[in-house]
Amino acid sequence: MSKSIAYRYTLQIADNSLILGHRLTELCGHCADTEIDLAISNIALDLLGQSRMLFQYAASLSGSTEDEIAMLRSEGEYVNCLLVEQQNEDFSQVIVRQYLFDTYYTLFLKALSQSSSSDELRAFANKTIKENAYHVRFSRAWLMRLGDGTQESHDKTQASLDFLKPYIQELFIPSQVDTAAIADGVGVDMSKYVDQFHTTLQADFAEATLSWEAPKYHVSGGKDGRHSEHMGFILSELQYMQRAYPNSEW
Amino acid sequence: MDEIRAIKKILATVLDPEVPVLSVVDLGIIHRIAPLGDSYEVDVMPTYSGCPALDEIELNIKSILEDNGYPFIKINRVIDPPWSSDLITEEGRLKLKKYGIAPPVGHSADKVALYGDQRIIPCPQCESTNTRLVSSFGSTACKALFQCQDCKEPFDYFKCH
Repeated sequence: MSKSIAYRYTLQIADNSLILGHRLTELCGHCADTEIDLAISNIALDLLGQSRMLFQYAASLSGSTEDEIAMLRSEGEYVNCLLVEQQNEDFSQVIVRQYLFDTYYTLFLKALSQSSSSDELRAFANKTIKENAYHVRFSRAWLMRLGDGTQESHDKTQASLDFLKPYIQELFIPSQVDTAAIADGVGVDMSKYVDQFHTTLQADFAEATLSWEAPKYHVSGGKDGRHSEHMGFILSELQYMQRAYPNSEW
Repeated sequence: MDEIRAIKKILATVLDPEVPVLSVVDLGIIHRIAPLGDSYEVDVMPTYSGCPALDEIELNIKSILEDNGYPFIKINRVIDPPWSSDLITEEGRLKLKKYGIAPPVGHSADKVALYGDQRIIPCPQCESTNTRLVSSFGSTACKALFQCQDCKEPFDYFKCH
């Protein structure tokens, strides 16, 4: 196993959790009711905890520290997919984003736990599978409730799905780092799981009375460090403490 | 071996700050205690990835062992094997119930625990099985919120994980 490939591959996984977790923390205290607030905050906490485990592993591979990696990279050095940095436009967009990510993550974690050559990543996947199952249950249940709810909730959820669907493909298409990691054995080839993913989606969308047409275009680049304009705003808040008070600790 | 038993006995006094009736031994997060050079090492399993109590728990383990004559204990955080609520001891389950938190029902490998809400969680106050899930996420990562339909008391349920 090449250390530098494992390092860059681990960052892709960690950055997804970090940025999605950060997006969810923005909702803390702002949700429509207490139960949703609790759920979103708990999911954010799980995601941040997961990213921390991975940053610690990445730090052991690169000889730096978890805080440096998590908090002090520049925008182009973050390699999360574009889906997770999309805004909390409304609750339906939060739910659709979460549902798409959780559903992808279910397949990803299973593949990683079975076939990564890294003991640490397999252990990470085995630990995270259970937490993710709980997240899917939440996001899927809300997808049903919103999609098959009132006319307004249905229309908003459909609009969110139509807005977010061009970001799906990036989850599955190997980046340069993915390709190197797959060849190395540390990574898993998610392009094999596209059909399975869409089978799940179609069944769930049918139940949620949402319609699906393949997107006319796809957007990607996050895994290569090319981000949407939202990323700068996210990082300015995420990195504020480390930039303003260098080396501050809890 | 006697030393390891002694260390375990000391660890049985270290409480989980979020569920202050459970010790780290009751919770089943002490995976291994083993000799290391002139001292010992302790493997600790995190419950949930984001559990904020973990740093404090590790600190408490270290300081209480220091106070009891083990100044050079090394603490390792291990995620393989992953912690499961199945590891909570019988004594731990009784303590939870007495404290007003319903202990996990069933086995974590059982998918119903993970995907469904059909499980019947008895009320820790009045034993009634007429309870309902209020929120599948609770005050901490490890708990869900229930309410008893008979005595009306809301209660925490330690999730099967």
